[in-house]
Amino acid sequence: MTTEDATEQGVADEPTPGRPGGVRTAVEPEYGFPAPLFRAAARIPVPPPFHPRTWRSPLRGTWLTSVFGALLLVGLPIVILTGLMSYIAYGPQFGQAIPGDVGGLHLPFFDWPTNPSWFYRLTQGLHVVGGMVLTPIVLAKLWSVVPKLFAWPPVTSVAQLLERISLLALVGGILFEFVTGLMNSQYDYSWGFGFYTAHYYGAWVFIAGFVSHVVIKLPTMVRALRSGPHGTGAFARWLHDSPAETEPEPMDAHGLAPLDPNRPTLSRRGLLGLVGGGSVLVGVFSIGQTWDALRPLALLSPRGQSYGDGPNDFQINRTLSGSGIDPVALGDGWRLRLTGGSSEVSLSRADLAAMPQHTAVLPIACVEGWSTTRTWSGVRLRDLAALAGVPDPDNAFVQSVETSGAFARATLQSNQVLDEDSLLALRVGDDDGGPMADLSPDHGYPARVIVPALPGVHNTKWVASIDFRRQA
Amino acid sequence: MTLWRRLYGANPLHLLAVLGCLALSAYVVSLLWEDPSWVALLIWFVGAVIGHDLVLYPLYALADQPLVFARWARRRYGRERPVLVPAVNHVRAPVLGSAVLGLIYLPTITRHGEDAFRFTAGLGMEGIFQNWLLITAVLFLGSAVIYAARCGFAAREQKRSV
Repeated sequence: MTTEDATEQGVADEPTPGRPGGVRTAVEPEYGFPAPLFRAAARIPVPPPFHPRTWRSPLRGTWLTSVFGALLLVGLPIVILTGLMSYIAYGPQFGQAIPGDVGGLHLPFFDWPTNPSWFYRLTQGLHVVGGMVLTPIVLAKLWSVVPKLFAWPPVTSVAQLLERISLLALVGGILFEFVTGLMNSQYDYSWGFGFYTAHYYGAWVFIAGFVSHVVIKLPTMVRALRSGPHGTGAFARWLHDSPAETEPEPMDAHGLAPLDPNRPTLSRRGLLGLVGGGSVLVGVFSIGQTWDALRPLALLSPRGQSYGDGPNDFQINRTLSGSGIDPVALGDGWRLRLTGGSSEVSLSRADLAAMPQHTAVLPIACVEGWSTTRTWSGVRLRDLAALAGVPDPDNAFVQSVETSGAFARATLQSNQVLDEDSLLALRVGDDDGGPMADLSPDHGYPARVIVPALPGVHNTKWVASIDFRRQA
Repeated sequence: MTLWRRLYGANPLHLLAVLGCLALSAYVVSLLWEDPSWVALLIWFVGAVIGHDLVLYPLYALADQPLVFARWARRRYGRERPVLVPAVNHVRAPVLGSAVLGLIYLPTITRHGEDAFRFTAGLGMEGIFQNWLLITAVLFLGSAVIYAARCGFAAREQKRSV
C-alpha cells in the first residue's frame, strides 16, 4: 500500500490513530521496469492476507528478522558442513557413500580420520541435535517474514521476481531437509523415495538458496543490527524494552514492520526468550540420545530406551532377526576367513580369543544422531592383517555373514585398518570399567568390527571375511 | 548504474547471486532427472512449503488470536482495576514448548515409525506419548506456579505502595 493509496481511499484504510506507533504509512518499494504497471497493481484493493493491514504483530520488523537471521547464520553452516562431512565419512572413494555419483556436489575427498575417536560422534551429533535445536529458530524466522509471502503487488521488479524464485529453493530446501531429517531419525519412511539421495540433493538446493540469500541480505542484516530504534545505534536498545515500552519498528522499504500494529502483549526480549527457550527445551530432550550420562533425559527419542541386558545394553541398529542370518551359521562352525595374502587364513572364535587381546574405550555413533561409549576388547585389525600376510594394506573389505542389507559389507581405509584401537571385537562392556561380556547375537556375536570415528553402520557385525587389499 | 537499477530493480550483485542459486538448483535437478522417484521428491518439496506456509503458519497464527482478543476484551469491558500480571504469555510459553516438542517428535509420539524401528532395533515406541503428556503437564504447571508467584509479589508490592 502506498501513500497515494491512503489519500485516495480515504480514512477507512488509514492506520488507526492512538494505536502504538501513531499514524504509520507504508514506504513504497523500489519498483523496477515497468514501474507504472506495478504502481497500478498496488492501487488495486486486495483482501487479507494480501492487504498490508493483515499483519498486526508489533514485534515484526527488519531488526527482529535480522536477529533470527544472525542466529541461523551461525547455526546453519555448522549443520550444513557436518552433514556434508558425513558423506565423506562413509568413504565415497570406495563407492559406498549414498548417493553414489553426485557430480561435483561434495566436499573435497579426504581420508576420514580415526583420531579423535569421538570425531564422527561430534560431527553427526552436531548435525542431528543441531538441526533439532535450530527448528524453533527456523520457525520463528519464517514467522517473522510471513508478510513478504503475501505482499501486494506480488512482484515489484525483475530482480524481485528472480529473488522470489530463489526463495523457493531457500524455504523449500530448509523445510524439506528438516522434515526428511527429523522423520528419518525416527524411522518414519513414508516418502516414496530413498532418504540419503533426497536429503543429500535437497541439501544442495538449500545451500543454493542459503548462499544467495546471505549474499543479498547480509548488508541489510548488519545495518539493522547496528541500529536501534530511531537511529540510536544500539543493538541492545530494543531488548531493553518491557512489553509496555515496546514500540513497533519504524516502517521501511523491507516491508516487515506492521502498518497497523496491535498493542504489544510481549516484549522483544520476551519473544527471543520464548524462541530461545524452545530451542533449549528441544536440546534438553534431544542431547541424551548422544550423551550417555544424560540418556535419562531423552524421554521423547526412540533411542533413549534401555535394553536392560548388562554390558550389551546399548542401541541396536540391526537385529539378528532383521539380518535374516540363520543362527546356525554363527555357531561352532563359524569361521573368519582372512584373504589378500598368498594363502587364505581361517580362524575359529577360539583361535581369535587365543590371540593377543586389546581393549579400547570407543564410541559408536550413528548417522541418525545417537551414539554411546563402550569398552570393547578383541583382536587388533592390524594383527589380523599381518596374519593374513598383508601388514600394510591400502584398504580392507569386510563382509558380514549377512548378505541382504545395504550395510552387510564395508571397505575400510588404510588408516582405519592400522589404527591401534581398530578391533575385531569379541567382548563388550560399559564405558566405566564394569564387567565385560561376549557380544550378544544382536550386537554381532561371534565378532564385529569397531573402528574409531567410523559411522556406526560400517562397523560390520557377524563378520564372515576380511580381504586385505593392496592397490596393484 | 541508475538506469540499471531502474530497469532491473536491484544492484548487479543481486543478479549474480540469484542466477548462481538458480544454476546450482538446476544442476541438482539435472542430476535427479533420471531418478524414478522424482515425482515423490517434488511433491514433498512443494508440500513442505505449502504445509508450512498455508497450513501450519495460519494454524498457530489463529491459535494466538483468542489470547490477544481475550486480553483486549478484558481491557475494554473488564474491571477498572488494571491487571496485576498479564497471563497471556503464561499460556503461550507452555503451549509453544509442548507444540514444538510434539512437532519435532511427531513420528515417535504417534508411533508412525514403530514398525521400522521394531525391525531395526527390536524395540517399540510405546510410552513416548505419555512422556510427552508428562512434559506438557510439567510445562503448564511450572508456568502456573510462576504466574501465581508473580501475582503474589505484585499484590504485595501494591499493598506496600498504598
